[in-house]
Amino acid sequence: MTTDITIDNIYKALEQVMDPEIPVLNVLDLGMITGVALEADMVHIKMIPTFAACPAVSLIQQNIQTTVEKTTGLLVQVTVDKEVHWESNRLSAAAKEKLQHFGIAAPQVHEGELRAEIMLNTPCPHCSSKNTYLRSPFGSTLCRAIHYCKDCGIVFEQFKPVG
Amino acid sequence: MTTAQQQAITDLITKMADDELILGHRNSEWTGLGPIMEEDIAFSSMAQDKIGHAWALYRILQEQLQGQDPDQFAFMRAEADFKCCHLVEMPIGTYDFSLMRHFLFDHAEAVRYDSLQQSSFEPLQQLSRKLKGELKYHTLHADAWIIQLCRAGEESYNRLQAALETCLPLAFGIFEPAKEEQELTGANIYPGERALFERWMDNIYPVLVNASLNMPDPAGISPQFGGRYGEHTPHLRPLLQEMGEVFRLDPTANW
Repeated sequence: MTTDITIDNIYKALEQVMDPEIPVLNVLDLGMITGVALEADMVHIKMIPTFAACPAVSLIQQNIQTTVEKTTGLLVQVTVDKEVHWESNRLSAAAKEKLQHFGIAAPQVHEGELRAEIMLNTPCPHCSSKNTYLRSPFGSTLCRAIHYCKDCGIVFEQFKPVG
Repeated sequence: MTTAQQQAITDLITKMADDELILGHRNSEWTGLGPIMEEDIAFSSMAQDKIGHAWALYRILQEQLQGQDPDQFAFMRAEADFKCCHLVEMPIGTYDFSLMRHFLFDHAEAVRYDSLQQSSFEPLQQLSRKLKGELKYHTLHADAWIIQLCRAGEESYNRLQAALETCLPLAFGIFEPAKEEQELTGANIYPGERALFERWMDNIYPVLVNASLNMPDPAGISPQFGGRYGEHTPHLRPLLQEMGEVFRLDPTANW
Protein backbone atom coordinates (compact mmCIF):
# COMPACT_ATOMS: atom_id res chain seq x y z
CA MET A 1 0.00 0.00 0.00
CA THR A 2 1.42 3.38 -0.92
CA THR A 3 0.91 6.10 1.59
CA ASP A 4 1.74 9.75 2.05
CA ILE A 5 0.73 9.73 5.68
CA THR A 6 3.14 11.66 7.91
CA ILE A 7 3.75 11.76 11.64
CA ASP A 8 1.97 15.14 11.63
CA ASN A 9 -1.18 13.51 10.23
CA ILE A 10 -1.13 11.03 13.09
CA TYR A 11 -0.80 13.78 15.69
CA LYS A 12 -3.70 15.61 14.03
CA ALA A 13 -5.79 12.45 14.33
CA LEU A 14 -4.82 12.08 18.00
CA GLU A 15 -6.24 15.55 18.65
CA GLN A 16 -9.64 14.00 17.96
CA VAL A 17 -9.35 11.38 20.71
CA MET A 18 -10.98 12.88 23.79
CA ASP A 19 -10.85 11.76 27.42
CA PRO A 20 -14.21 10.09 28.25
CA GLU A 21 -14.26 11.68 31.71
CA ILE A 22 -13.12 15.19 30.72
CA PRO A 23 -14.46 15.51 27.16
CA VAL A 24 -12.77 18.88 26.49
CA LEU A 25 -9.29 17.35 26.72
CA ASN A 26 -7.70 15.13 24.11
CA VAL A 27 -4.98 12.55 24.75
CA LEU A 28 -2.24 14.97 23.66
CA ASP A 29 -3.51 17.73 25.99
CA LEU A 30 -3.31 15.22 28.82
CA GLY A 31 0.26 14.20 27.99
CA MET A 32 -0.79 10.58 27.57
CA ILE A 33 1.11 9.95 24.34
CA THR A 34 4.78 9.05 24.79
CA GLY A 35 5.70 7.92 21.30
CA VAL A 36 4.48 7.75 17.70
CA ALA A 37 6.35 5.72 15.10
CA LEU A 38 5.44 5.25 11.47
CA GLU A 39 6.55 2.17 9.57
CA ALA A 40 5.78 1.10 6.00
CA ASP A 41 2.22 -0.04 6.66
CA MET A 42 1.88 0.27 10.38
CA VAL A 43 1.64 2.91 13.10
CA HIS A 44 2.94 2.27 16.61
CA ILE A 45 1.60 4.50 19.35
CA LYS A 46 2.78 4.40 22.95
CA MET A 47 0.52 5.75 25.68
CA ILE A 48 0.44 6.02 29.47
CA PRO A 49 -2.61 6.02 31.77
CA THR A 50 -3.09 8.99 34.10
CA PHE A 51 -3.97 6.85 37.15
CA ALA A 52 -3.07 3.16 37.51
CA ALA A 53 -6.69 2.30 38.29
CA CYS A 54 -8.22 4.55 35.62
CA PRO A 55 -11.22 2.57 34.34
CA ALA A 56 -11.11 4.38 31.00
CA VAL A 57 -7.66 3.16 29.89
CA SER A 58 -8.73 0.35 27.59
CA LEU A 59 -11.53 2.49 26.13
CA ILE A 60 -9.05 5.28 25.36
CA GLN A 61 -6.61 2.77 23.91
CA GLN A 62 -9.36 1.47 21.64
CA ASN A 63 -10.47 4.99 20.65
CA ILE A 64 -6.90 5.87 19.67
CA GLN A 65 -6.67 2.78 17.49
CA THR A 66 -10.01 3.29 15.72
CA THR A 67 -9.54 7.03 15.16
CA VAL A 68 -6.01 6.77 13.81
CA GLU A 69 -6.87 3.75 11.65
CA LYS A 70 -9.81 5.64 10.17
CA THR A 71 -7.74 8.74 9.38
CA THR A 72 -4.65 7.02 8.04
CA GLY A 73 -5.99 3.80 6.59
CA LEU A 74 -3.05 2.06 8.23
CA LEU A 75 -2.93 -0.69 10.83
CA VAL A 76 -2.45 0.84 14.29
CA GLN A 77 -0.95 -0.76 17.37
CA VAL A 78 -1.38 0.99 20.72
CA THR A 79 0.74 -0.18 23.65
CA VAL A 80 1.06 0.98 27.24
CA ASP A 81 4.50 2.47 27.87
CA LYS A 82 5.83 1.21 31.21
CA GLU A 83 9.00 3.23 31.17
CA VAL A 84 7.34 6.60 31.49
CA HIS A 85 4.97 7.40 34.33
CA TRP A 86 2.31 10.06 34.03
CA GLU A 87 2.38 13.14 36.25
CA SER A 88 0.17 16.22 36.18
CA ASN A 89 3.07 18.40 34.98
CA ARG A 90 2.55 16.67 31.62
CA LEU A 91 -0.65 18.66 31.03
CA SER A 92 -0.08 21.28 28.33
CA ALA A 93 -0.76 24.99 28.88
CA ALA A 94 -3.63 24.73 26.40
CA ALA A 95 -5.07 21.85 28.42
CA LYS A 96 -5.06 23.92 31.59
CA GLU A 97 -6.94 26.73 29.89
CA LYS A 98 -9.54 24.31 28.52
CA LEU A 99 -9.98 22.86 32.01
CA GLN A 100 -10.60 26.32 33.53
CA HIS A 101 -13.26 27.04 30.90
CA PHE A 102 -14.85 23.68 31.65
CA GLY A 103 -15.13 24.73 35.34
CA ILE A 104 -12.36 22.49 36.69
CA ALA A 105 -9.33 24.10 38.33
CA ALA A 106 -6.02 23.10 36.76
CA PRO A 107 -3.30 21.30 38.76
CA GLN A 108 -0.52 23.51 40.10
CA VAL A 109 2.93 22.85 38.68
CA HIS A 110 5.00 20.94 41.22
CA GLU A 111 8.70 20.12 41.53
CA GLY A 112 8.89 16.36 41.83
CA GLU A 113 7.87 15.59 45.39
CA LEU A 114 4.31 16.68 46.07
CA ARG A 115 3.69 18.51 49.35
CA ALA A 116 0.32 18.98 51.06
CA GLU A 117 0.56 22.79 50.88
CA ILE A 118 0.23 22.70 47.11
CA MET A 119 -3.45 21.85 47.53
CA LEU A 120 -4.20 25.00 49.54
CA ASN A 121 -5.53 28.25 48.06
CA THR A 122 -6.30 26.70 44.69
CA PRO A 123 -7.68 29.51 42.48
CA CYS A 124 -11.44 29.20 41.98
CA PRO A 125 -12.22 28.54 38.28
CA HIS A 126 -15.36 30.71 38.57
CA CYS A 127 -14.18 33.92 40.31
CA SER A 128 -10.36 33.39 40.43
CA SER A 129 -10.31 33.97 44.20
CA LYS A 130 -7.59 32.19 46.15
CA ASN A 131 -9.68 32.31 49.30
CA THR A 132 -10.47 28.59 48.98
CA TYR A 133 -9.88 25.39 50.92
CA LEU A 134 -9.61 21.72 50.12
CA ARG A 135 -12.76 19.85 51.10
CA SER A 136 -11.55 16.44 50.02
CA PRO A 137 -8.59 15.09 48.06
CA PHE A 138 -11.04 12.70 46.32
CA GLY A 139 -13.75 13.70 43.85
CA SER A 140 -16.10 12.31 41.25
CA THR A 141 -13.24 10.66 39.32
CA LEU A 142 -9.80 9.49 40.49
CA CYS A 143 -8.09 12.54 38.99
CA ARG A 144 -10.21 15.15 40.76
CA ALA A 145 -10.25 16.80 44.20
CA ILE A 146 -13.05 18.90 45.73
CA HIS A 147 -12.49 22.50 46.92
CA TYR A 148 -14.72 25.24 48.30
CA CYS A 149 -14.52 28.93 47.37
CA LYS A 150 -15.22 31.15 50.38
CA ASP A 151 -15.75 34.21 48.18
CA CYS A 152 -18.31 32.97 45.67
CA GLY A 153 -19.61 30.14 47.85
CA ILE A 154 -19.24 27.50 45.16
CA VAL A 155 -17.89 23.98 45.52
CA PHE A 156 -15.54 23.26 42.62
CA GLU A 157 -13.42 20.40 41.35
CA GLN A 158 -9.73 20.41 40.57
CA PHE A 159 -7.66 18.15 38.33
CA LYS A 160 -5.29 17.20 41.11
CA PRO A 161 -1.54 17.59 40.98
CA VAL A 162 0.21 14.19 40.94
CA GLY A 163 3.97 13.67 41.22
CA MET B 1 17.52 -14.33 38.55
CA THR B 2 17.81 -17.56 40.55
CA THR B 3 14.83 -19.82 41.18
CA ALA B 4 14.94 -19.00 44.89
CA GLN B 5 14.84 -15.30 44.08
CA GLN B 6 11.93 -15.82 41.71
CA GLN B 7 10.00 -17.63 44.42
CA ALA B 8 10.76 -14.95 46.99
CA ILE B 9 9.73 -12.15 44.69
CA THR B 10 6.52 -13.94 43.72
CA ASP B 11 5.75 -14.25 47.42
CA LEU B 12 6.46 -10.54 48.01
CA ILE B 13 4.29 -9.35 45.12
CA THR B 14 1.47 -11.75 46.01
CA LYS B 15 1.24 -10.50 49.58
CA MET B 16 1.37 -6.85 48.50
CA ALA B 17 -1.33 -7.41 45.88
CA ASP B 18 -3.55 -9.48 48.18
CA ASP B 19 -3.42 -6.73 50.81
CA GLU B 20 -4.51 -4.19 48.20
CA LEU B 21 -7.28 -6.38 46.81
CA ILE B 22 -8.78 -7.25 50.18
CA LEU B 23 -8.53 -3.76 51.66
CA GLY B 24 -9.86 -2.36 48.37
CA HIS B 25 -12.88 -4.60 48.78
CA ARG B 26 -13.32 -3.57 52.41
CA ASN B 27 -13.06 0.14 51.52
CA SER B 28 -15.75 -0.33 48.88
CA GLU B 29 -18.11 -1.47 51.64
CA TRP B 30 -18.28 2.21 52.70
CA THR B 31 -19.87 3.14 49.36
CA GLY B 32 -23.29 4.50 50.22
CA LEU B 33 -22.61 4.31 53.96
CA GLY B 34 -19.95 6.98 54.57
CA PRO B 35 -20.62 9.27 57.54
CA ILE B 36 -20.55 12.29 55.19
CA MET B 37 -20.63 12.37 51.41
CA GLU B 38 -16.96 13.37 51.02
CA GLU B 39 -15.91 10.33 53.04
CA ASP B 40 -18.20 8.07 51.07
CA ILE B 41 -16.46 9.29 47.90
CA ALA B 42 -12.99 9.12 49.49
CA PHE B 43 -13.29 5.49 50.61
CA SER B 44 -14.83 4.54 47.26
CA SER B 45 -11.98 6.26 45.37
CA MET B 46 -9.35 4.62 47.53
CA ALA B 47 -11.06 1.28 46.93
CA GLN B 48 -10.76 1.85 43.20
CA ASP B 49 -7.08 2.81 43.53
CA LYS B 50 -6.28 -0.23 45.65
CA ILE B 51 -7.96 -2.70 43.34
CA GLY B 52 -6.16 -1.05 40.40
CA HIS B 53 -2.84 -1.42 42.23
CA ALA B 54 -3.61 -5.08 42.98
CA TRP B 55 -4.33 -5.65 39.29
CA ALA B 56 -1.03 -3.99 38.26
CA LEU B 57 0.88 -6.25 40.68
CA TYR B 58 -0.92 -9.42 39.52
CA ARG B 59 -0.03 -8.38 35.96
CA ILE B 60 3.66 -8.31 36.92
CA LEU B 61 3.28 -11.86 38.25
CA GLN B 62 1.63 -12.90 34.99
CA GLU B 63 4.05 -11.14 32.63
CA GLN B 64 7.36 -11.62 34.44
CA LEU B 65 6.97 -14.62 36.73
CA GLN B 66 4.78 -17.14 34.86
CA GLY B 67 1.75 -16.23 36.95
CA GLN B 68 -1.91 -16.73 36.08
CA ASP B 69 -4.42 -14.36 34.55
CA PRO B 70 -5.11 -11.65 37.22
CA ASP B 71 -8.88 -12.28 37.36
CA GLN B 72 -8.44 -16.04 37.74
CA PHE B 73 -5.76 -15.51 40.38
CA ALA B 74 -7.87 -13.01 42.34
CA PHE B 75 -11.21 -14.80 42.24
CA MET B 76 -10.52 -18.53 41.95
CA ARG B 77 -7.76 -19.04 44.50
CA ALA B 78 -8.28 -21.03 47.69
CA GLU B 79 -8.31 -19.12 50.96
CA ALA B 80 -5.07 -20.73 52.18
CA ASP B 81 -3.26 -19.43 49.08
CA PHE B 82 -4.02 -15.81 49.98
CA LYS B 83 -1.16 -13.97 51.67
CA CYS B 84 -2.90 -10.87 52.99
CA CYS B 85 -2.32 -9.72 56.57
CA HIS B 86 -5.09 -9.85 59.19
CA LEU B 87 -5.46 -6.05 59.34
CA VAL B 88 -7.04 -5.86 55.88
CA GLU B 89 -9.39 -8.79 56.52
CA MET B 90 -11.25 -7.20 59.42
CA PRO B 91 -14.81 -6.00 58.78
CA ILE B 92 -15.19 -2.23 58.36
CA GLY B 93 -16.64 -1.87 61.86
CA THR B 94 -17.19 1.73 62.84
CA TYR B 95 -15.73 4.69 60.98
CA ASP B 96 -13.01 5.27 63.59
CA PHE B 97 -11.71 1.73 63.07
CA SER B 98 -11.75 2.04 59.27
CA LEU B 99 -10.04 5.43 59.40
CA MET B 100 -7.29 4.20 61.75
CA ARG B 101 -6.74 1.09 59.61
CA HIS B 102 -6.52 3.28 56.51
CA PHE B 103 -3.99 5.57 58.25
CA LEU B 104 -1.75 2.73 59.47
CA PHE B 105 -1.97 0.67 56.29
CA ASP B 106 -1.48 3.46 53.79
CA HIS B 107 1.59 4.78 55.57
CA ALA B 108 3.00 1.24 55.51
CA GLU B 109 2.24 1.02 51.82
CA ALA B 110 3.81 4.40 51.14
CA VAL B 111 7.14 3.38 52.74
CA ARG B 112 7.06 0.09 50.84
CA TYR B 113 6.60 1.72 47.44
CA ASP B 114 9.05 4.45 48.36
CA SER B 115 11.74 1.86 49.06
CA LEU B 116 10.89 -0.08 45.88
CA GLN B 117 11.86 2.94 43.81
CA GLN B 118 15.42 1.70 44.38
CA SER B 119 14.58 -1.93 43.62
CA SER B 120 16.85 -3.87 41.29
CA PHE B 121 13.72 -5.66 39.98
CA GLU B 122 12.73 -3.28 37.22
CA PRO B 123 8.97 -3.95 36.89
CA LEU B 124 8.47 -3.21 40.60
CA GLN B 125 10.70 -0.17 40.42
CA GLN B 126 8.69 1.25 37.49
CA LEU B 127 5.33 0.56 39.10
CA SER B 128 6.35 2.05 42.43
CA ARG B 129 7.32 5.32 40.76
CA LYS B 130 3.81 5.55 39.36
CA LEU B 131 1.91 4.54 42.49
CA LYS B 132 3.83 6.73 44.90
CA GLY B 133 2.24 9.92 43.57
CA GLU B 134 -1.25 8.44 43.95
CA LEU B 135 -0.59 7.17 47.46
CA LYS B 136 0.35 10.65 48.55
CA TYR B 137 -3.36 11.50 48.50
CA HIS B 138 -4.21 8.50 50.66
CA THR B 139 -1.80 9.47 53.43
CA LEU B 140 -2.76 13.14 53.09
CA HIS B 141 -6.40 12.18 53.54
CA ALA B 142 -5.72 9.91 56.52
CA ASP B 143 -3.47 12.41 58.33
CA ALA B 144 -5.96 15.27 57.88
CA TRP B 145 -8.88 13.30 59.35
CA ILE B 146 -6.92 11.76 62.22
CA ILE B 147 -5.67 15.19 63.31
CA GLN B 148 -9.03 16.94 62.83
CA LEU B 149 -11.04 14.31 64.68
CA CYS B 150 -8.59 14.13 67.56
CA ARG B 151 -9.08 17.87 68.08
CA ALA B 152 -12.86 17.70 67.66
CA GLY B 153 -13.85 16.71 71.20
CA GLU B 154 -13.61 14.06 73.84
CA GLU B 155 -15.71 11.38 72.18
CA SER B 156 -13.91 11.42 68.83
CA TYR B 157 -10.50 11.59 70.55
CA ASN B 158 -11.33 8.62 72.81
CA ARG B 159 -12.64 6.61 69.90
CA LEU B 160 -9.47 7.16 67.88
CA GLN B 161 -7.22 6.32 70.83
CA ALA B 162 -9.18 3.08 71.27
CA ALA B 163 -9.03 2.38 67.52
CA LEU B 164 -5.24 2.90 67.58
CA GLU B 165 -4.89 0.34 70.38
CA THR B 166 -7.11 -2.16 68.53
CA CYS B 167 -5.32 -1.69 65.21
CA LEU B 168 -1.67 -1.71 66.27
CA PRO B 169 -1.19 -5.48 66.82
CA LEU B 170 -2.92 -6.04 63.47
CA ALA B 171 -0.83 -3.34 61.77
CA PHE B 172 2.41 -4.83 63.14
CA GLY B 173 1.29 -7.98 61.30
CA ILE B 174 1.78 -6.17 57.97
CA PHE B 175 5.51 -6.60 58.59
CA GLU B 176 5.51 -10.35 59.23
CA PRO B 177 8.92 -11.50 57.97
CA ALA B 178 9.18 -13.90 55.06
CA LYS B 179 11.36 -17.02 55.26
CA GLU B 180 13.14 -16.24 52.01
CA GLU B 181 13.60 -12.56 52.73
CA GLN B 182 17.39 -12.58 52.50
CA GLU B 183 17.09 -13.72 48.88
CA LEU B 184 15.60 -10.30 48.17
CA THR B 185 17.52 -8.06 50.56
CA GLY B 186 20.83 -9.51 49.34
CA ALA B 187 19.96 -8.70 45.73
CA ASN B 188 18.69 -5.18 46.54
CA ILE B 189 15.18 -6.10 45.43
CA TYR B 190 13.72 -4.70 48.64
CA PRO B 191 15.01 -3.70 52.08
CA GLY B 192 13.16 -6.31 54.19
CA GLU B 193 10.24 -6.08 56.62
CA ARG B 194 12.26 -4.95 59.64
CA ALA B 195 13.64 -1.90 57.79
CA LEU B 196 10.19 -1.03 56.44
CA PHE B 197 8.69 -1.34 59.93
CA GLU B 198 11.20 1.12 61.34
CA ARG B 199 10.60 3.66 58.57
CA TRP B 200 6.85 3.28 59.06
CA MET B 201 7.16 3.98 62.79
CA ASP B 202 9.22 7.09 61.99
CA ASN B 203 6.48 8.33 59.62
CA ILE B 204 3.39 7.65 61.72
CA TYR B 205 4.86 8.92 64.99
CA PRO B 206 4.83 12.69 64.18
CA VAL B 207 1.19 12.46 63.05
CA LEU B 208 0.19 10.66 66.26
CA VAL B 209 2.00 13.32 68.30
CA ASN B 210 0.28 16.09 66.33
CA ALA B 211 -3.05 14.42 67.09
CA SER B 212 -2.05 13.97 70.78
CA LEU B 213 -2.63 10.23 70.51
CA ASN B 214 -0.63 8.00 72.84
CA MET B 215 1.51 5.38 71.17
CA PRO B 216 1.56 2.28 73.40
CA ASP B 217 5.01 0.82 74.07
CA PRO B 218 5.76 -1.27 70.94
CA ALA B 219 7.63 -3.81 73.10
CA GLY B 220 4.34 -4.68 74.79
CA ILE B 221 2.49 -5.36 71.55
CA SER B 222 2.37 -8.87 70.14
CA PRO B 223 1.94 -8.64 66.37
CA GLN B 224 -0.88 -10.61 64.80
CA PHE B 225 1.04 -12.81 62.37
CA GLY B 226 -0.01 -15.73 60.16
CA GLY B 227 -1.60 -14.03 57.16
CA ARG B 228 1.58 -14.15 55.06
CA TYR B 229 1.59 -17.96 55.49
CA GLY B 230 -2.05 -18.52 54.61
CA GLU B 231 -3.47 -18.55 58.14
CA HIS B 232 -6.37 -16.14 58.19
CA THR B 233 -9.07 -14.74 60.46
CA PRO B 234 -12.63 -16.12 60.09
CA HIS B 235 -13.49 -12.86 58.28
CA LEU B 236 -11.61 -13.64 55.07
CA ARG B 237 -13.66 -16.62 53.87
CA PRO B 238 -17.05 -14.83 53.62
CA LEU B 239 -15.34 -11.87 51.96
CA LEU B 240 -13.76 -14.11 49.30
CA GLN B 241 -17.09 -15.85 48.72
CA GLU B 242 -18.86 -12.56 48.17
CA MET B 243 -16.10 -11.02 46.08
CA GLY B 244 -15.88 -13.91 43.63
CA GLU B 245 -19.56 -14.81 43.53
CA VAL B 246 -20.38 -13.23 40.17
CA PHE B 247 -17.06 -14.17 38.57
CA ARG B 248 -17.49 -17.84 39.46
CA LEU B 249 -20.90 -18.01 37.76
CA ASP B 250 -18.96 -18.10 34.50
CA PRO B 251 -15.17 -17.87 34.90
CA THR B 252 -14.61 -17.73 31.14
CA ALA B 253 -17.01 -14.84 30.47
CA ASN B 254 -15.68 -11.73 28.77
CA TRP B 255 -16.40 -8.47 30.59
